Amino acid sequence: MAWLFVAPTLFLLLAINIFPLLWNIYLSFTNYKANAPNRPLRWLGLRNYERLLSNEDIWASMQVTARFVFWSILLQVVLGFALAWLLNRRFRGHGFWTTVIVVPMMLSPAVVGVFWTYLFQPQAGIFNYIVNFFYDFGDFTMIGDPDLAMWAIVLVDTWMWTPFVMLICLAGLRAIPEYLYEAAEVDGASSWRQFWTITVPLVLPFLMLAVLFRGIENFKMFDMVVELTSGGPGSATELASIYLKREAFEKWRTGFSAALAVVLFVTVFGVANIYVKLLNRVKER
Amino acid sequence: MRRTFLTSMALSMGLAAGVAQAQEKSLTLCWAAWDPANALTELSRDFTARTGIAMNFEFVPWTSFADRFLNELNSRGKLCDLMIGDSQWLGLAAENGHYVKLNDFFEKEGIDINDFLPATVYNYSTWPKGSPNYWALPAMGDALAWVYRKDWFARPELREAFRKEYGRELAPPRTWDELMEVAKFFTGREIDGKVRYGVAIYTERGSEGITMGVTSALYPWGFRYQDPEQPYRMEGFVNSPEAVEALEAYKALYECCTPPGHSDAYMVANLDAYKSGQVAMQMNWFAFFPGILKDEQVGEVSGFFVNPRQNEEASVLGGQGISVVSYSDKKDLALQYIKWFAQPEVQQKWWALGGYSAHRAVLEAPDFPESAPFAGDFLEAMSNVRDFWQEPEYAELLQAMQRRIHDYVVADKGTAKEALDKLIQDWTEIFEDAGKL
Repeated sequence: MAWLFVAPTLFLLLAINIFPLLWNIYLSFTNYKANAPNRPLRWLGLRNYERLLSNEDIWASMQVTARFVFWSILLQVVLGFALAWLLNRRFRGHGFWTTVIVVPMMLSPAVVGVFWTYLFQPQAGIFNYIVNFFYDFGDFTMIGDPDLAMWAIVLVDTWMWTPFVMLICLAGLRAIPEYLYEAAEVDGASSWRQFWTITVPLVLPFLMLAVLFRGIENFKMFDMVVELTSGGPGSATELASIYLKREAFEKWRTGFSAALAVVLFVTVFGVANIYVKLLNRVKER
Repeated sequence: MRRTFLTSMALSMGLAAGVAQAQEKSLTLCWAAWDPANALTELSRDFTARTGIAMNFEFVPWTSFADRFLNELNSRGKLCDLMIGDSQWLGLAAENGHYVKLNDFFEKEGIDINDFLPATVYNYSTWPKGSPNYWALPAMGDALAWVYRKDWFARPELREAFRKEYGRELAPPRTWDELMEVAKFFTGREIDGKVRYGVAIYTERGSEGITMGVTSALYPWGFRYQDPEQPYRMEGFVNSPEAVEALEAYKALYECCTPPGHSDAYMVANLDAYKSGQVAMQMNWFAFFPGILKDEQVGEVSGFFVNPRQNEEASVLGGQGISVVSYSDKKDLALQYIKWFAQPEVQQKWWALGGYSAHRAVLEAPDFPESAPFAGDFLEAMSNVRDFWQEPEYAELLQAMQRRIHDYVVADKGTAKEALDKLIQDWTEIFEDAGKL
């Protein structure tokens, strides 16, 4: 009877998750092209994996992804924590400001990408206007300049997702019992010492959780960056996910892109697992 | 009462059946969302009036056109009965059975493919190239050309300044060297109190933009995709000194003379830059020229010229043929549409509405060159068109070129020779995978 109840769920899980995963792994060892169904299917062994690991373009896109993930998470953690710390002081109107700050993360990433292209427009965009108000850089272009484009996508992602980190940090800050600070004050601890010995250690598990979520999300980032830069200029912002999409659905190298998808999956899964173990260790302390 | 009820029931059922039948007699035509698509919608009303077959249209923006409809074909979708697909898709569509071969149909219906311009038949209809195997009827002739601000070119003070600087008259450029000079002349120049720029060229990364733009320089320099004696041998052709020079010229034009932020621009971005008065010249497809002429702001002040020559005359081919999708359940109706569309009088109306007919009865009519300000240029361009690879591996070949060229022209990575060398490596790998090398 129990099997009867779990069977639909198991069936769906197998059909939607497990079968596609296994099928993808199988395809990664073949020369399959989804746009050439008449082409004979050949077993290539590890050829696709050899090719992708020796492909300079893939390594370049992995580096771009790593830079994007690192800088966006760093900025989001610093700003998110700072905002949470400010809002936790419960000043007048803090509820209103909390609502205002979380608005960006409620928008669709594709929409955010599109409207930031207008904000970054060199001649009419408000971003350039504001920057030039403080110092006249002229008609610089954030998304058209290979040196600035990475910072453009980091900036937009930070604008959008800092509120998410802030909310998690705020939950962490509000979970710290007030008596710990009172006891520290009685012991004569300065505010700086209270911050480093009470606030940071107790918020750290929350912060690490936020980093985990944002890390996984940004590793897979696609829509917002496609709308903003299409991975350009050149391949300056071509994240691994964009590279994968182009291989799979524009070049139709299905077998090769299946191998790339497996590598990306193993990378995210592996890193996330190590990170979760670290997170558990921090929580146990 | 009962009788009335039965009568109404019978009437309703009859009506429902009629509606169902009418709905059955409908076709869906898939194409890009642009000006000529509106003209085709207008034209197709005649087809519906004559045959009772309703026409539905699925128009998709150019930037996702190939993505969307190649997916549709590859997944053997039934959305489109008729497809106006890019010329480069023919190899893929023919070899994978996406399109219906039209030879028997042409013969049965007395449609003579020779009634259409040879260049359009070769590029839009045949696979293998040049063979008498027809997969489409030439539907929309097109090529890449240029639009310029006639009023600015005619201003005495600007003409005088140009004459002083370059020792010749300010006129639409006839070579790429002249194009560069004119573009430089206008860049940064203040006209009517606003700073203007020289050109709006294609730089788009995502679909096909920068490839179309760059090839409009490569072809006039004499670029060849392969050794004519040894197919798929690209070394010395794709990266020839002429190709390197052309690529460097395109990059120089991008760097010196485009408006700020023009780093991911295709058709619409060029139109916007031109119509807003930012640039003196823009490259774009002939398909947009009727719309430009009708534009309230720039219609009267716009002139047109064919792609400038350098070592030879050449223009980038655009345009498409119309095909019947082999997965359609309404192939017979779709063939009726093609039969109707092939008629000279329909083709004449197609041109009059803003579409670009490839029918010789239209193009070779004595009054055709005077029928529109760009009609003569269109004929000239179509006599020298060149196209991208039309191999079944078209999409891979295109994406490789998009990456290498954008990396060099816009992202300033490496040299022109390195970009073309890498492109040969990519293309070689693709042809090896396809078993052609």
